[in-house]
Amino acid sequence: MTWRRALYLLPLVGFVALAAYFFYGLSSGYNPELLPSALIDKPAPQFQLAGLNGAVPLTNQDFTGQVVFVNFFASWCAPCREESPILMDLARRNVIQLYGIAYKDKPADATKYLKEYGDPYRRVGVDETGRTAINFGVYGVPETYAIDRNGHIRWRFVGPLTPQAVQSQLMPLLKKLGAS
Amino acid sequence: MIIELGHFALILALPVAVLQAGLGLAGAARGDWNAMAAARTAALAQFILIALAFATLVHAYVVSDFSVLNVAENSSLQKPLFYKLTSVWGNHEGSMVLWVLILSLYGAAVAWFGDAMPPRLCARVLGVKGLVAIGFLLFILFTSNPFLRLDPAPANGQGLNPILQDPGLAFHPPFLYLGYVGNAVAFAFAVAALIEGRVDATWARWVRPWTLASWCFLTVGIAMGSWWAYYTLGWGGWWFWDPVENASLMPWLAGTALIHSSIVVERRDTLKSWTVLLAILTFSLSLVGTFLVRSGVLTSVHAFALDPRRGVFILALLVVAIGGSLTLYAMRAPRLQPGGLFAPISREGALVLNNVVLAACCATVFIGTLYPLFLDAVGGPKLSVGYPFFDRTFVPLVIPLLLAVGIGPLLAWKRGDLLGALQRLWAAFAVAIVVVLIGLYVERGGPVLAVLGLGLAAWMAMAAAVEVADRVRLFRAPWPEVWRRAINQPRASYGMSLAHFGLAVTVAGISASAFQQQRIVMMHLGDQTQLAGYTLRFDGIGKHDGNNYTADVAEFTLLDGSRVIAHLAPQRRFFPLQQQTVSKTSIHTNLLADFYLALGDPDGKGGWAVRAYWKPLVPFIWIGGVIMAFGGAVSLSDRRWRVGVAARRAARAALPARGSGA
Repeated sequence: MTWRRALYLLPLVGFVALAAYFFYGLSSGYNPELLPSALIDKPAPQFQLAGLNGAVPLTNQDFTGQVVFVNFFASWCAPCREESPILMDLARRNVIQLYGIAYKDKPADATKYLKEYGDPYRRVGVDETGRTAINFGVYGVPETYAIDRNGHIRWRFVGPLTPQAVQSQLMPLLKKLGAS
Repeated sequence: MIIELGHFALILALPVAVLQAGLGLAGAARGDWNAMAAARTAALAQFILIALAFATLVHAYVVSDFSVLNVAENSSLQKPLFYKLTSVWGNHEGSMVLWVLILSLYGAAVAWFGDAMPPRLCARVLGVKGLVAIGFLLFILFTSNPFLRLDPAPANGQGLNPILQDPGLAFHPPFLYLGYVGNAVAFAFAVAALIEGRVDATWARWVRPWTLASWCFLTVGIAMGSWWAYYTLGWGGWWFWDPVENASLMPWLAGTALIHSSIVVERRDTLKSWTVLLAILTFSLSLVGTFLVRSGVLTSVHAFALDPRRGVFILALLVVAIGGSLTLYAMRAPRLQPGGLFAPISREGALVLNNVVLAACCATVFIGTLYPLFLDAVGGPKLSVGYPFFDRTFVPLVIPLLLAVGIGPLLAWKRGDLLGALQRLWAAFAVAIVVVLIGLYVERGGPVLAVLGLGLAAWMAMAAAVEVADRVRLFRAPWPEVWRRAINQPRASYGMSLAHFGLAVTVAGISASAFQQQRIVMMHLGDQTQLAGYTLRFDGIGKHDGNNYTADVAEFTLLDGSRVIAHLAPQRRFFPLQQQTVSKTSIHTNLLADFYLALGDPDGKGGWAVRAYWKPLVPFIWIGGVIMAFGGAVSLSDRRWRVGVAARRAARAALPARGSGA
């Protein structure tokens, strides 16, 4: 009889545990934005974006057969400015093929931003509505994705790239994907 | 001045709710008839007060009174009147007032129809509902007050989020709330039954109409929300496993389980403690959904205002409501006597299977939604769970359920004859096989799961038809006899067949989405593109000036060979006030397939990004939802619930006697 009674306690026990989790979620610095992509090793979402300043549209067909990095940025995003020198350095050394997607940004603002802080991108697509970003699962800018020769997403980095991240993650990944 | 009146009415609703709770619960405990009658009056008064508060808020929106902070933040002069009205609930504070309005509406309905109910049960139900109302009124008044003034008042408001300016979205929150809050009635009944320590067939008969009604509303609400996402977001998707969508799906799954298990309680007087638990869980999931959407614990595309203070308050509400009721459950439920026994293969057995699978589905969605939070709390790796998780877990779970939907209604109560039931379903089985074979032939090497899904849909639809034919003895009895039987069938059984048929239609629509074709191209004026055997021609582009937006309107012609099928005009709307662009898709449907067209961004050189989709059977998803809800409504109109009418008349006649007994 007692174990049967214990059975009826189960829902309550389960709920108490859940409430504790909820409290943790509210009180600690839990940040739901630090998540790797669910699209890892999945085909990158299809997109076609207007090019910045009348450049040809940027589509994922432009990437076929190459290892490329796609960086989501915006002129209104402070961490993007922090990240800019690292991207510029990578571009100068010509180690990666970097494409930019201006997230929820007006073309004029994005252009001004790139003039001011330097333009590390081969080409830039304008994602004014943020739809492409949603399809990639972008939580916020900046975010960087690596896409392999078969058009699969292989890596995602949330937040501004750091020199450490370049050394410990990006470089080994490049070696693995066979791009030089 | 008027808005202060509303504010005051809402404040006054709080002590009235306290009275309703106190009089209802204490009155029932002491057997004080006057107190119990007063609880019913309090429930009616509470509805009137909250309706008054809501009306003043609506008034403030209609006359664009920007001295009210809530109106200034969410409305503007340029907005059409219709959207001024709907933006009352297009924001957090206003939607919470709608929430309590519906809560009190249900309370008033219980009080109004309460004559037919055992008075103690009625008083306790109203008491529990009063407690829920206290919690939510405190929440509104302390953290989300829509009646606050703004001084000085701005000349114009900030307008509604443009994406919300749409008829589909305007109407779906009220339906969702009618569903969520309707679950509060079943919850109140469950808690009242636990306090009373008795759950029997009469109890089940009282709960069922409320559960059915809220289930119908929730079904319509979810279908509308998904339809809205489909035609608004511009990418052809209709379900994203987004936390907000999951928050509405979980109570729906639990509620579906509840309407099935309450049949068992009513007919066979068993599964009692499980049904009570389900009633508690269904409402708890509605509350948890509210918490998740409004606390910012999980990120979502649809997230409402994120304010940690609100989060803590809702969490406290959850702990009191859910923790309290589950404690009561742990104390009282073991005393509920189990009733009739049944064999595993029987109608009860099938309904238990239904409940087990639905509960498992619900748990899957729950875990998938909260997984990131759980994992982070134990210091695990950061992970997000997207549609791949749900595709792999939810779908396999549902398949046996869909199979059983066909068989269950043909099994007898207590001890069923599986073989006999299957024999009667040979026609359904044959049709399902034919559909699968045709599907495999057409889509050689294609998506197997989708073909299987279509087969299951055919199986369920046919089984529903066979079940009805079986009941009226179609082809086995002379026609007059069949006619007589068809008329005399209880509406509840037609309701069930309709709902199961609706499920089949929805499953067909979902399965067929695997066969969709899409094309994303950059098009110039006069360009043509091919999709699914149709030709799409880009005829022109122009500007259109809306009330509070400007739009690029493209004109396309859809051709089958050289025959014109339709003219499509997708738009790209720009809302200057919010600096936001919204795509307005154009859909041509013949109810069997949609041709879906969205206008993307221009390349600045005369080219426009165009997204075209051909989506076979996709309208079935929502048509099925509407059929399900209609089935629920038909069942709700059954004579069985109107037995209550007779009982109420009898109770009225007996009222003086009862009054003098107090």
